[in-house]
Amino acid sequence: MNDVLSLRDMSRALSQGDVSSVELVQDHLARINATDSSLNSFITLTADAALAQAAAADESRAAGDQRPALGLPIAHKDIFCTAGVLTTAGSKMLSNFVAPYDATVVSKMADAGMVSLGKTNMDEFAMGSSNETSFFGSVANPWDHDRVPGGSSGGSAAAVAAGLVAGATGTDTGGSIRQPAALCGITGLKPTYGRVSRFGMIAFASSLDQAGPMTRSAEDAALMLSVMAGFDPKDSTSARREDHWLEDLAVNGIADLDRPLVIGLPEQYFQNSTGQECLQAAKQELEALGHQFKTVSLPHTDAAIPVYYVLASAEASTNLSRYDGVRFGHRCENPTSLQDLYERSREEGFGDEVKRRILTGTYTLSVGYFDAYYLKAQKIRRLIAQDFDAAFNDVDLLLTPTAPTPAFKRGQHTDDPVAMYQQDLYTVPTSLAGLPAMSLPCGFTDNLPMGMQLIAPAFREDLALGLAAQFQRQTDWHLKQAGDIN
Amino acid sequence: MSWEAVIGLEIHVQLATQSKIFSGASTAYGAAPNAQACNIDLGLPGVLPVLNERAVEMAVRFGLAIGAQINLHSIFDRKNYFYADLPKGYQISQFETPIVGAGSITITPESGQPRTVGITRAHLEEDAGKSIHDLFSGQTAIDLNRTGTPLLEVVSEPDMRTAQEASAYFRQIHTLARYIGICDGNLAEGSMRCDANVSVRPQGQTEFGERTEIKNINSFRFVEQAIEHEIARQIDVLEAGGKVHRETRLYDPDKDETRSMRSKELSNDYRYFPDPDLMPLNISEAFVEQIRSTLPELPDARCARYINDLDLTPADAANISSDIDRANYFDQALVQGASAKQTANWMMGELLAHLNKHGIGLVDSPVTPGLLAQLIQRIDDGTLSSKTAKTLFEALWEAGPAADVDGLIESLNLAQVSDDGALTTIVDDLIAAHPKQFEELRAGKEKMLGFFVGQVMKATQGKANPQQVNEIIRSRL
Repeated sequence: MNDVLSLRDMSRALSQGDVSSVELVQDHLARINATDSSLNSFITLTADAALAQAAAADESRAAGDQRPALGLPIAHKDIFCTAGVLTTAGSKMLSNFVAPYDATVVSKMADAGMVSLGKTNMDEFAMGSSNETSFFGSVANPWDHDRVPGGSSGGSAAAVAAGLVAGATGTDTGGSIRQPAALCGITGLKPTYGRVSRFGMIAFASSLDQAGPMTRSAEDAALMLSVMAGFDPKDSTSARREDHWLEDLAVNGIADLDRPLVIGLPEQYFQNSTGQECLQAAKQELEALGHQFKTVSLPHTDAAIPVYYVLASAEASTNLSRYDGVRFGHRCENPTSLQDLYERSREEGFGDEVKRRILTGTYTLSVGYFDAYYLKAQKIRRLIAQDFDAAFNDVDLLLTPTAPTPAFKRGQHTDDPVAMYQQDLYTVPTSLAGLPAMSLPCGFTDNLPMGMQLIAPAFREDLALGLAAQFQRQTDWHLKQAGDIN
Repeated sequence: MSWEAVIGLEIHVQLATQSKIFSGASTAYGAAPNAQACNIDLGLPGVLPVLNERAVEMAVRFGLAIGAQINLHSIFDRKNYFYADLPKGYQISQFETPIVGAGSITITPESGQPRTVGITRAHLEEDAGKSIHDLFSGQTAIDLNRTGTPLLEVVSEPDMRTAQEASAYFRQIHTLARYIGICDGNLAEGSMRCDANVSVRPQGQTEFGERTEIKNINSFRFVEQAIEHEIARQIDVLEAGGKVHRETRLYDPDKDETRSMRSKELSNDYRYFPDPDLMPLNISEAFVEQIRSTLPELPDARCARYINDLDLTPADAANISSDIDRANYFDQALVQGASAKQTANWMMGELLAHLNKHGIGLVDSPVTPGLLAQLIQRIDDGTLSSKTAKTLFEALWEAGPAADVDGLIESLNLAQVSDDGALTTIVDDLIAAHPKQFEELRAGKEKMLGFFVGQVMKATQGKANPQQVNEIIRSRL
């Protein structure tokens, strides 16, 4: 069953005239209609708009437009605002919210000619690691429908893994691209903080949120990254960069690494995870390619999860204040006072995990607790970043597991938030340091896909992509399709 | 017991930028409700703030004008609270690290000596929208046009001791803000509002008494009345053996009283923390120096120059320098050849009277500084008498900025008769007609000189030069 085309395959086929964008979109929509009822990876399909955009892309191509992303079908995580299209962030609170504008990521991809098929499911306000907090229902892992796809970008991961779409946007605050990529056996890249504009991306934790591509291969991730990335005057935290390799990615693909790399293995990341054999095999594969390995230490790793949950919740608690029932979103029936309007609208509109984080964040920012929690967490965040700086003095990249376990059963952690939070053990430290990191498939444990994480220095996505592309030329883990293994 | 009041003000200066502090929406006053609230002002999901550099320039300008420390590194914080006209559920402000540090200004209360008032800090923040409770029965309307309007909050030290001083301080900040062009100063439109912190203590005591805060006062008169009232209220409470409670009060100008709004004990914990959507604000020395180089001559310097170099009375100098438009009008008239004293007199007299009567601002005066300068020159060179000058002023007021001064003098026949021959004939005729009065004058009755001058003026319809008439009469004695 290898009829699933990559973005690069489709780009080639389109340029050779073997297929039209309209045909591609029709094929994908048919596949979604046939299989998504069992996955629930999409919240909204925009079939008519997609077909119209595809027709426009075909017309443009007929007129000589040869841009590589022209006419390629993709999907957006439902956290990106899309003009005229329902934008829910997986929440009842926004179950009636039709955004009046496009996120920068959405408009950049549309401007490049990409065709959005719809909006993918996600944990509510991106808070979750299993896609079980979505108001629109949980999502099945294509490899085993009784298991979760990971989260919060679980819909995008499942859709890509099931071949419903070759590329989807995700967002990653503490691992929300990488962990679902690992659990669904696909490639996911969280770029450096500031690489991709956050404008129009519904905020969870502003100092951590970053959008990135979720695809089958590193090559496809690179193609999407080249379209998504770039300074945006509408986002004060986006970075002004002149990385010429980024522009080359779309046209020429990922450049070959110009030398063997020194890859660090952080000792703190190899103590408690399952599936170590996959990483061992990947390491041998990379050694065979001439790369060297070196054990490094990131001594503040243990503190990352608590620091992350203090800071992310603090930011979330105020980012979510705007959902008050006054101007948009869910409003309770017949409020008797302003206070009643706030209390019931928020009580009814938010799910438990969101409320838990709002309460935690409100607490840590309160007078009397601020220094002990928020300020202290900020200080430790700097120490965690310094750990990485020190490591990158000695090595080019870091290799780690992406998640401590393969996909777990639905419902397994829903009553134990702290166990759920441990899913982010290996992804959260890079988020706190703002570094780019990607997850790529590296094998299977009990017929479930395993991911390995490559962490690069700030703004060196090229190194991670270069190594990933090289690895994926030697291996076919990323080409495995749910159904092949069982 | 005799009491002393201690007063500090927080003044919100609305910055005169074209667009809002964190969005591109217009700040123009008076648009239809919510017509000037863009996606960012509405706090829609996903939107982000981008700092308006003009607001930063204006804050720095103010800091330099009060001789303050300019903080090259400052931070925007979120001040969290829920209110229906606060779309994001937080206000972006500056908490621990404001852009402007400590400075000071000198005030001159109407009665009393000039004194220096310390300014603790000034910080940038965004305004909230408006809740309108009386438009729809049982419902509140929200207008978010004002949301995101840039404010500079200027916080004074508790350096004022009387309501008059507080009012003078408010006026002085108003004057200064208009001088440096950071605020239109329109109090009726809410361009400047202040909160007053008031406490009283026994005369001679060094510790402060418990204070109250009076919110949202928007006129010089009200600030004085409100504080006056609050001081009296606190003294009454203390003298009756009671305690002043820390609370927020609202001034009701109709009843001339302050009312308790909320107790501070129940006040919000604002959960300030640095806004992760905005980078720390870093500005360069060069940026600050560039702004310093464009600062105008400030009110104190101008007032001193008017007194020392131009010999104006302190009252006139203070009056003219107290408003940037007046000072500019005055300076322009002088540049165009008017004498200082005459210009001051005409401005404070005829011009202001006409402007007030017609409700016109000085910048829109039909009598421009150039026209007033020409008028004054024609007085100084003897063409006009003070009486015909007033007639000419009326004509200029009607004719407007394009008026031809000398043309009007001629067409209205306003030139003084300074032809010796003509005046001599008139004087001689009058002497012949009034021999008795002339004898009395000759006998030393100086009052009769006025009689003859008056007769000449009457005969010439006021156009004779009184000085010249005097001389001719004396030559006949």
